[in-house]
Amino acid sequence: MYEIIEGFIEAGRLIITLDPDVMTIAARSIIVSFIATITATLISVPLGAAINFGTFPGRKGLINLIQTLYSLPTVIVGLLIFLLISRVGPFGFMRLLFTPTAMIVAQTVLVLPIMTGLTISALSGVDPVIRDTLHSLGATRLQFLINVMKEARFAILATVAVGFGRAISEVGAAILVGGNIMASSFMRSTRVLTTAISLETSMGNIPKSIALGIILLTIALGVNLAITMVQHR
Amino acid sequence: MLRRTLFTVAAVMVAFMLICGCIGTTGPETEKQQLRIATTTSLDDTKLLNHLSTIFEEQYNAEVLVVSAGTGIALEYGQRGDVDVLMVHDRVREDVFLADGYGINRRVFAYNYFILAGPESDPAGIKGMKPEEAFATIREKGMAGESGVAFVSRGDASGTHAKEKAIWKGAGFDYATEIQGSGDWYLEAGKGMGETLTMSNEKQAYVLSDIGTYLAYKGDLDLVTLVDEGDILLNVYCAMQINPAKYPDINSEIAKDWVNFMITDEVQEEIASFGVAQYGQPLFYAAQDDWEKIGVPQTEVKDPIP
Repeated sequence: MYEIIEGFIEAGRLIITLDPDVMTIAARSIIVSFIATITATLISVPLGAAINFGTFPGRKGLINLIQTLYSLPTVIVGLLIFLLISRVGPFGFMRLLFTPTAMIVAQTVLVLPIMTGLTISALSGVDPVIRDTLHSLGATRLQFLINVMKEARFAILATVAVGFGRAISEVGAAILVGGNIMASSFMRSTRVLTTAISLETSMGNIPKSIALGIILLTIALGVNLAITMVQHR
Repeated sequence: MLRRTLFTVAAVMVAFMLICGCIGTTGPETEKQQLRIATTTSLDDTKLLNHLSTIFEEQYNAEVLVVSAGTGIALEYGQRGDVDVLMVHDRVREDVFLADGYGINRRVFAYNYFILAGPESDPAGIKGMKPEEAFATIREKGMAGESGVAFVSRGDASGTHAKEKAIWKGAGFDYATEIQGSGDWYLEAGKGMGETLTMSNEKQAYVLSDIGTYLAYKGDLDLVTLVDEGDILLNVYCAMQINPAKYPDINSEIAKDWVNFMITDEVQEEIASFGVAQYGQPLFYAAQDDWEKIGVPQTEVKDPIP
């Protein structure tokens, strides 16, 4: 019990004094997961729209597959990306292994299914009256899409929040393709909040683990508050 | 209005990231050579590697990127060409690795000893035994279901795990059939040395550890050293380059510098004195003058790679 209380006190100190080590790791976490989420959004929103409004054989099956991949284990994504970008793998020439870019790629792949799936749900949830109205007013296909998207924007925004949450909280892929490296330059290191928590706990540095954990939760809270604020405007 | 604010926030973040990206990819840092090292966990957990890489980075204007894993995984990274240098401690597998042509220029830079640690109460009564005898006793008592007798293995194909298997073999047991999965007394952690020690501490079990990691973690552990004498407990650390003939675009110049750096007088002194002030005894011994004692050729400790 004492250890936990002591941990929280030390955690508070590390956060209030803006401990450079802790802040660097937190910043790297946000940047990596933010870029991954943005990339995944740029892919999943058009893809989700195409699947939702498209009519093609196997559409139902595809949606089922996407929903199954919601629970894609992070270590499987990590392993897959590792095999692809390792030197002897098909993309080995790019020398991406053990870089933040590799982590961004892995996290993008990881959150794509859930973001695409939720985008489909968001778009299919748009009031049919609006769709009918748009059609009856003679909207072109593009106008139609833009207006439906506009209607579903809050739900899509929530999708982005879910994606970011999954990206920043995963540890399996980050450690496999990132390697948990602490180097002297910011963008060459691959230590993020989750991998650092795992390491510090194993090393018995409980206060630091708690501090990092609190920061991770605070970031998640911040993102959710921002989204809620926009939705309740 | 709010949307505009959000847009501004997003724009600022993107700009921030671009700036970070630019700082990361341009500027003076691109002139720095990058050295990727895959290391056994003990060198990283004890902070020795961190200490030495700081010195190296200054002298060679390089950036050292360390991936800490067990010797088994480190060898795998090396074989795939994902790193420039390996720092491992398993002579047998190193020899295979070198013979297969994946590694070149092995140099031995440090050694220490493995210890068998366990709870102070020593439920199997192994204190002071020879390693093989102690292992056999733990197994016997563990199989008999004596309460409190358990052994936590690294179970991760690391150098320490290899040493553990060698001791079981020396004690006359077949690892795969008579040890692994032979009972609840034998637990495989599948983790690094530090984590395995922490786990053994929680379970108050016996554990084989290199002395360096054990001393570095001792402050948080209730485990005591029970067996620390026996030739089989010798633990020899080496550094080697990945063969540029296998992977031509590997950073072999800086890799060579690193391996040579490890056997310089300066670094050998650093190794011998590392941790003495903090732990009251060295975590590692310099290999330089003890090559006969640890049974490696003199060229592997003395001769820099030309």
